[in-house]
Parts: sequence; C-alpha cells; structure tokens
Amino acid sequence: MKPARFDYYNVETIDQVHKLIADNPDVRVIAGGQTLVPMLSMRLARPSAVVDIMRIDQLSKIDEKAGSIRVGAAVRQAALLAWPRLAEKQPLLAAALPWVGHAQTRNRGTICGSIAHADPSAELPLVLVALNGVVRAFKQTGKTSSARGRLFVGPMTTARSDDEIIEAVLFPLRENGKGYAFNEFGRRHGDFAIVSCAAVADAKEVRLTVGGVADRPASIQIQAASDAEAALILNDFAWSLQARDDLHASAEYRRQLVRQMGLRTICEARQCIA
Amino acid sequence: MHRVSADTLYKVKFELNGISVEGFAEPRTLLTDFLRHQLGATGTHVGCEHGVCGACTVQIDGEPARACLTLAVQVDGSSLKSVEGLTPEPGRLSIIQESFRKHHALQCGFCTAGILMSLDAFLKTHTHPGEDELREYLSGHICRCTGYGPIVAAALDAAAKLREGNDA
Ligand SMILES: Cc1cc2nc3c(=O)[nH]c(=O)nc-3n(C[C@H](O)[C@H](O)[C@H](O)COP(=O)(O)OP(=O)(O)OC[C@H]3O[C@@H](n4cnc5c(N)ncnc54)[C@H](O)[C@@H]3O)c2cc1C
Ligand code: FES
Ligand code: FES
Repeated sequence: MKPARFDYYNVETIDQVHKLIADNPDVRVIAGGQTLVPMLSMRLARPSAVVDIMRIDQLSKIDEKAGSIRVGAAVRQAALLAWPRLAEKQPLLAAALPWVGHAQTRNRGTICGSIAHADPSAELPLVLVALNGVVRAFKQTGKTSSARGRLFVGPMTTARSDDEIIEAVLFPLRENGKGYAFNEFGRRHGDFAIVSCAAVADAKEVRLTVGGVADRPASIQIQAASDAEAALILNDFAWSLQARDDLHASAEYRRQLVRQMGLRTICEARQCIA
Repeated sequence: MHRVSADTLYKVKFELNGISVEGFAEPRTLLTDFLRHQLGATGTHVGCEHGVCGACTVQIDGEPARACLTLAVQVDGSSLKSVEGLTPEPGRLSIIQESFRKHHALQCGFCTAGILMSLDAFLKTHTHPGEDELREYLSGHICRCTGYGPIVAAALDAAAKLREGNDA
C-alpha cells in the first residue's frame, strides 16, 4: 500500500494555493493528512499534486470573532481541544472533540479537514450543523462563500466546488438561556460513531442533530413539553433517516439508538440550560 | 513556495532522537518507510499502514502521531523521537520499558514500540493517570496478542516510578 507519484507543494499564502489549483484542477489540499494519506496509500485518491496548507500562518489561528469561535484551516484538533476555556465558550464542541479519533490522530488532523471530508459519522460536521455554524470558503476569484447547514449534501460530499478552499469554520459561542448536550455510541472510544447525538435546547424548544445514520447530519426541531410526546416524535424521526444495515450495526439497532440516546441527549440539554 | 516534483528525490533533514539525520525521499514516501529504509531505524513498526493500529507511532515535535500517515517531506526541519530514543544509555532500559518487562506487557512486541512512544509523551503531562483515562488513551493502539491488562498495569507502575524519580 504505497501512494502513486504526486508533486508536493509547500506554500506560505492562500493565493499560492489558488494559483496552483487554477493552473491544475487535479491538485489536492493536504492538511493533517489523517484521511488523505490513507486514501493516497490505498490509491482511492490519485491527485497529480498535493499542496500542504499547514505552513500558512494566516490559517493557523483560533480566535473569538463576532459571537463565534473562528478556527483556521491549519488548526489541529488537539490545538482546539487545548484552547483555554473551550468548554465554557462552546460546551458542545468541547464535549464532542475528544470523540474525534484518538489523541494520536488529533495531534495531526485539523478541524477544517474533517468538515471538508464530510464523513456522515464524523463528530465535527455534526457539531457544525447542530450549532448552525458557518464555513468560510475562498474561491480563486477572491469571492467568499459562507455555508450553513446546507454544506453537507451527501456522504463525503459537500456543496463546495473543487476550487474552493475552506479558510475557516465558525462555531457560534454558547448563548445564555441555552443548554447543550452530546452523546455517542461506538464500539470503542475513538472509532467512528455508530450513532451520535447533539442537542441544543432553550426554554421553548430543542433541536436534535443525529450523525451516523443518514448520509449526513440530520436535525429535528422539537417543541414537545413532555418526554412521552418527544419520544413519539423521535420514533418518526428515527424512521425518516433511512438507516441501513452495515458491518457495525443493523438499521433497527441504529433506529433504537436514535430513540433512546436522542431522548437522553434532549433531556440532558434541557437540564443544563444556563 | 516550494515544489518537489513527483519523480525527484528531495533531501529531507530532521532531528531524530537528538541527532541530525538526512536522507532522500520522493513526495510520496511515507515517514515509516523513510525511517526504516532510508535511515535503517527499524524500531518503528508498520502494521496496517492506514492509521488504525498505532504500531508506527512516533513523536513529532513532542506529540505522538502516526508515521504511516505522515509524508517524509512534511517533517523536514522537525524534531522526532522514535523508540530507539527511549533508552538512557546502551544496555539500559527506560522506566517505562522496564515496567513493560516486569509486567509482561509484551509478547510478540509488534505493537510495543508505538505504545511506548505514546506513553512516553502521555506520562510527561499526566503524572497521576487514572486507569480509565489510560485505557481511553490506549484506544489509539491495537495489541493483538498480549491483551491490555498487563499494558495498563505497566503504565500505572511506570507513572508511579516516574513520580518517585521526580520527588527524589
Ligand atoms: C485511526 C483513525 C481514527 C479516526 N477516527 C475518527 C472519528 O472517530 N471521528 C472523526 O470525525 N474522524 C476520525 N478520523 C478522521 C480524522 O478526524 C481526520 O483528521 C479528519 O477527518 C481529516 O482532517 P485532516 O486535517 O487530517 O485532513 P486531510 O486528511 O489532510 O484531508 C482530508 C480531505 O479534506 C480535504 N481538505 C483538507 N483541508 C481542506 C481545506 N482547508 N479546504 C478544502 N479541502 C480540504 C483534503 O483535500 C482531503 O480530501 C480518524 C482517522 C484515523 C486515522
Ligand atoms: S501502521 Fe501506522 S497506524 Fe498502523
Ligand atoms: S505484543 Fe503482540 S501485538 Fe501487542
């Protein structure tokens, strides 16, 4: 299992990335490499060149901006996890991040790389959808586009065009009067989720987002007052996700996880409304 | 901007276990192959070659990472530590290695180099690790023959020994 040949570019500015992609559409961005390198080794990806964005200073920052945590494309998952007061600023992100792979892969993998890859079982796309976060992508024309929930269109597929580079993702800060909760079920900690749930609640309603079942994170808004009413709504929701059998779990098992873990996550989010 | 074309050999230079090393790599050369074939440092093992087993774990600038998911050209100018760098001097084992021996925490030893590199970094920042925390951390490694009980016991014992060492 060795990658096929490719050119390697080490760049310092975003403009250089755009120039490369404009000249050769077959150039692939490499960030942490935790998904791309296995794809290269298995020859599922055979780009003629890769461009390394990890030395672009402009992309390496985490900052608080206009009510959001803005995470640049060269920020590794471990760096965001170690960001001071993450749990206070955005509890959902702090709760989900330790579930993204293992410490050893988080030391290299980036936040934006996971979003770009759009695995339906991945935690970060789930959190982005749950919080209604924003992805800032740059086109070679200099045009910026921002996508909210509509970014994810299918398994490993985003609405981004090939010449769009994700520059940063913005996760909204915790809001007063809201509660957040996250739960995941997998075979082992660090494996991709069989089902993962994220809930954001306020005094009136709660929004539950589920990963690992449909072809992308799926959300439902629930106003129900009682747990029994919520359970009925969750049953319909579980059926609507078109769960499928695979090696890890049956469709039936996944639906049951959506019902049970979904309800638990909703209750937890309601309990911690602050 | 720096370009390394697909079929040229690029001189990669970095620090390995405190010594400056160099060798030639194509852009597609994985760090595992560079360490083993170019530098002859065969202590780093290759199991799955796609990031799941942890056998190839080395420290890149102090942080444990998969060598099989890293291109050799990406670590140019970095500082690396591999299992060969653990022993304080020839013929002596480090505290973690010694407790692996004491607790029979390896049988075939295939996974061991990677686990040691992860634990070496972890125990520096976690002086009082709990068993749950250790088990979660070790989820990044697969051992197919020893079983995790002795590995966890060895890690807890090593943590205690390292604490004694620091107190003294
Ligand atoms: C053993 C193992 C376990 C894992 N477990 C989990 C898990 O439980 N949950 C989980 O979510 N993930 C898991 N992962 C995947 C991991 O989170 C990856 O780090 C992440 O998916 C990709 O980030 P990266 O920076 O490594 O991206 P890369 O591998 O460098 O790139 C991934 C893809 O995104 C593109 N890309 C990267 N950055 C950009 C950008 N800025 N703009 C446009 N395109 C870009 C690349 O071209 C490539 O197609 C696991 C990986 C491994 C090896
Ligand atoms: S060989 Fe690198 S993780 Fe298995
Ligand atoms: S000691 Fe044999 S695989 Fe771990």
